Amino acid sequence: MTGHRGAILGLHLGVIGALAALYFVLPAYHVSNLARVMVLSVFAMGYNIAFGYTGLLSLGHALFFASGLYATGSLVQLAGWSAGPGLLAGIAAGALVALAVGLLALRTTGVAFMIVTLMFAQAGYLLILYFGPLTRGDEGYVIDRAARAVAGLDLSDDRTRYFAALALFALALAACLALVRSPTGRVLVAMRENAERSRMLGYDPFRYRLIGLVASGLLAGASGAAYGLMFGYVGATFASIQYSILPLLWVLLGGAGTVLGPFLGTLVMFYLVDLSSSVTTAYLMVVGLALLALVLFARKGLLGSLRERALPWLP
Amino acid sequence: MDFGPFLLLATMEGLVMAAVLALTAVGLSLVFGVMRVVNVAHGEFFMLGAVLAWFVTTSVPGPPALGFAAALVVCPLIVGGIAALADRAILKRLDYDPEATIVATIGLLYIFQQAALSLYGPDARPVQAPFDWRLQLPWFGYSGYKLAVVAAAILLLLGVRLLLVRSRIGLVMRATQYDRETATAFGIDVDRVYAGVFALGAALAAVAAVLIVPIQQAHYLMGGDPLLLSFIVVIIGGLGSLRGTVLAAVLIGLSDGIVSVFFSPTLAKILATLLVALVLVFRPQGLFGQRVA
Repeated sequence: MTGHRGAILGLHLGVIGALAALYFVLPAYHVSNLARVMVLSVFAMGYNIAFGYTGLLSLGHALFFASGLYATGSLVQLAGWSAGPGLLAGIAAGALVALAVGLLALRTTGVAFMIVTLMFAQAGYLLILYFGPLTRGDEGYVIDRAARAVAGLDLSDDRTRYFAALALFALALAACLALVRSPTGRVLVAMRENAERSRMLGYDPFRYRLIGLVASGLLAGASGAAYGLMFGYVGATFASIQYSILPLLWVLLGGAGTVLGPFLGTLVMFYLVDLSSSVTTAYLMVVGLALLALVLFARKGLLGSLRERALPWLP
Repeated sequence: MDFGPFLLLATMEGLVMAAVLALTAVGLSLVFGVMRVVNVAHGEFFMLGAVLAWFVTTSVPGPPALGFAAALVVCPLIVGGIAALADRAILKRLDYDPEATIVATIGLLYIFQQAALSLYGPDARPVQAPFDWRLQLPWFGYSGYKLAVVAAAILLLLGVRLLLVRSRIGLVMRATQYDRETATAFGIDVDRVYAGVFALGAALAAVAAVLIVPIQQAHYLMGGDPLLLSFIVVIIGGLGSLRGTVLAAVLIGLSDGIVSVFFSPTLAKILATLLVALVLVFRPQGLFGQRVA
């Protein structure tokens, strides 16, 4: 594994560098899109830690994204916090909610785990609607421009937003890379491959799955919190089941269990929907067909297939 | 209105809901029981049934009862056919792997929703009830059609039970559920059983939708609630247990009706979803199911 350290480092730094350079090349429309893709791909990376590495197929990750979004959004917009502490609170909210859900849901596995996470996420979504007078439900609310400055950086400005998104993306990418190459990361993969054998070797499945889920929730929460501050909108749609399905789709497309896969999947899917919307309004059809095609013909996704065929060292 | 009659009204509304829910959930439970497939697209089969009922009733001339009767027959057949096709083309190829089939049925969910949106449109459209006499109680009048829905659901559920327990088809289905390999060894065409069960499950959802559509309009997003509630019912009743499913449908339907009337529908749903999560965590065999040793 150590033999390819240079290639791995070069590849990931190269991606970050290329993204930084793209800002100066691309027109404004794509710059704004790319910032969105980078923030959302942090959500996908979080999902990938649970699904791709630890083997936990969750159908409730919208809950963690929305926890970050709503914690930051309500603290900043409704309680008058400044954006910096609000952002941190949002990240913590994602991790804490994941911890609470994990303590209960991880007592189940397989199909039951999917349904339990789905139900918790649905309960969270309904809670947001139930407190409609405060959260304004489906309609949502806008975070004031003045409240969106972190440490003097105005996140509503295009350039600041792009580089803030890139910084968050780079940080998340580095964290994922470090995690999956660490001993803990190896144990997470062992849980995915064969939980029973890992247990015999002395690793507690519950504990390691919980670690995986909390790390996953932390990244999802960070993505939600940053999304709220950068794009200034908080709404219940982000807690709906669709936002639990999307990260699954992105990760499957890019390649579950690859570090760069979630970003690639988010990017491709975003532009697939963007391009197809000029031809047809059937956005849902594109998502549905993509899911079917992936599960039927390319279970390993783009980078997973690439790793299998050509680049066995790809993390 | 006094509390007593009000409670009676809430109970009757709850019963109608329980009847439709029981039909839908039995379809989901059957598919899970025999095939071990969690069908996330089940709510969309319900929606397709309702939307098709609108097409059928508007295209059949004559009295509304005639069109409605046609819808009752035609819609489940079409939806069942679509389901059988989906099973053959997709689920079978995935070898019924639990995670892959969930992802695939999520894909189907989006495809059906988009198809309904594109072909039927975003509006909610009403379907006329086949008859409209009212039952006049001392405190309020009540729609006779709603009572007919309850009766029809009970008849259909009895029919499903007879099919499962008394017929050869039911025997083959139970044999496949019990042990797929041995069933194959005894010459049962398991692929055909699976396609049939998937079609039957979808057809039950479609029948439920045709029954409800004169009360609740047909809309392309109407599949969400039945899906969620069916999940809740199937889990609380015990996965794969038909009797438990029906009991749980009555319990959830009634309590949902009553809590919705006296408190808020959203609160009722929050409580139900949390209940399901906790049941799955602490009592995975369901409230009425037997623990499998």
